[in-house]
Amino acid sequence: MTLGTFIIVSVIKIVIALFVLLTGVAYTVWLERKLVGRIQNRWGPTRVGPFGLLQPLADGAKFLFKEDITPPHVYKPLYIAAPMIAMIFAVTSMAVIPIGDWVTVAGVHTPLQITDVNIGLLIILGITSIGVYGIALAGWASNSKYSLLGGLRATAQMISYEVALGLSLVGVLILSGTFSLRGIVDAQAGTWWGWLPKWNFFQGQFVAFFVYLMAAFAETNRVPFDLPEAETELVAGYHTEYSAMKFAMFFMAEYANMFTVACLASLLFLGGWHGPLFGPTWLQEILPVFWFALRVFAFIFLYIWIRGTLPRFRYDQLMKFGWKVLLPLAVANLVITGLVVALRA
Amino acid sequence: MPDNYFTRYLPLLIYFVFAGALASAIVLLSWIVGQRRPTRAKMQPYECGILPTGDARERFSVKFYLVAMLFILFDVEAVFLYPWAILLRDLKMFGFWEMLVYIGIVLVGFFYVWKKGVLDWSTTRGESL
Repeated sequence: MTLGTFIIVSVIKIVIALFVLLTGVAYTVWLERKLVGRIQNRWGPTRVGPFGLLQPLADGAKFLFKEDITPPHVYKPLYIAAPMIAMIFAVTSMAVIPIGDWVTVAGVHTPLQITDVNIGLLIILGITSIGVYGIALAGWASNSKYSLLGGLRATAQMISYEVALGLSLVGVLILSGTFSLRGIVDAQAGTWWGWLPKWNFFQGQFVAFFVYLMAAFAETNRVPFDLPEAETELVAGYHTEYSAMKFAMFFMAEYANMFTVACLASLLFLGGWHGPLFGPTWLQEILPVFWFALRVFAFIFLYIWIRGTLPRFRYDQLMKFGWKVLLPLAVANLVITGLVVALRA
Repeated sequence: MPDNYFTRYLPLLIYFVFAGALASAIVLLSWIVGQRRPTRAKMQPYECGILPTGDARERFSVKFYLVAMLFILFDVEAVFLYPWAILLRDLKMFGFWEMLVYIGIVLVGFFYVWKKGVLDWSTTRGESL
């Protein structure tokens, strides 16, 4: 493949990925409103289109035509840059996530991934860490008390749980021996006794999985860790002073981050796109993508289910849980995993 | 895929540029299309209808700084653990004991911080630091 074809193929994949991601984000909002509605014994959106399916489009148009307020008391450059930083880095982490095996389309053999780099996991961790800046800067630049408190809380929460999240992944890295997300998924191929899949979850990383899951909820500021935007005490937290599309961009960033952590959980702990393959050749090429999408959907569903079920933590409980429970658990997990692997090696 | 190592990062760069262009386009479009009817009340910082007193450039709890410092320490620890985790199969038990000493030293610091009350947000104990 020449460099020209490579770039053209990449651009096509990027456009498709961005379109799918942003549509997915819009419809996750719809799904969340619908599911939380049903959990609370009401209907959720029903008016715009069948089952309210056109609601995201209507919301998008509404956000666009709303007044874009830039209050005089804000620090303007950072006030405008903050939602952009949050969104750009939330979206960019998708670039290294593989959604399936290699395919051949129109004579071009290419992986179902925008770029297959050998440090994919490090890139995702790095990029999602930069996302914290968007929230911290939004809180500070707004120059409003609610925003500042929300931004500070969000920053402290996200960096606290990032430690537990980072350490919970070490166990997976020990087992697979590579940073490449494709390599990590390949290491989970096959089954034991013909039925139990060799996912990292079943290879003894279940403690790491639950630590990751809880840290990921905190990283994305979702219930029960949604203190940064605790509406009963902070109005809307760090985006109190934002309106129109800038406000929507924080939501796009949040939901895109949900997709990233859902994809990462599927890839690292639940075997990525591995699943039973059957049927004709074309079906066998599509099925891995389907299995992967199914896992990601299950995670998104779990997010919404928990949102409809659990109350919010208190701030001191949140910090205590992250530092005194999740961090020691993650360290214990990595030491035990390391011991077992080193003894076997 | 071309063999050059750096061309693998080219799509990442292109993706970043696309995402940046998209974000700028959204902000710009919203600024152009949106209506503008500023009023005095609308331009004040939102404080639930109460007249704002002073701005938000005030002092805040030192605990946030402490958490940031702890984050640096433990994230650097995680960064050191990553290459070790990748190579553990080659390092075998020797690598395991070496890293156990390192983790032990970090944990001593962690328990000092714990006992000092930096991680307690409900009491005032940590504020005597």
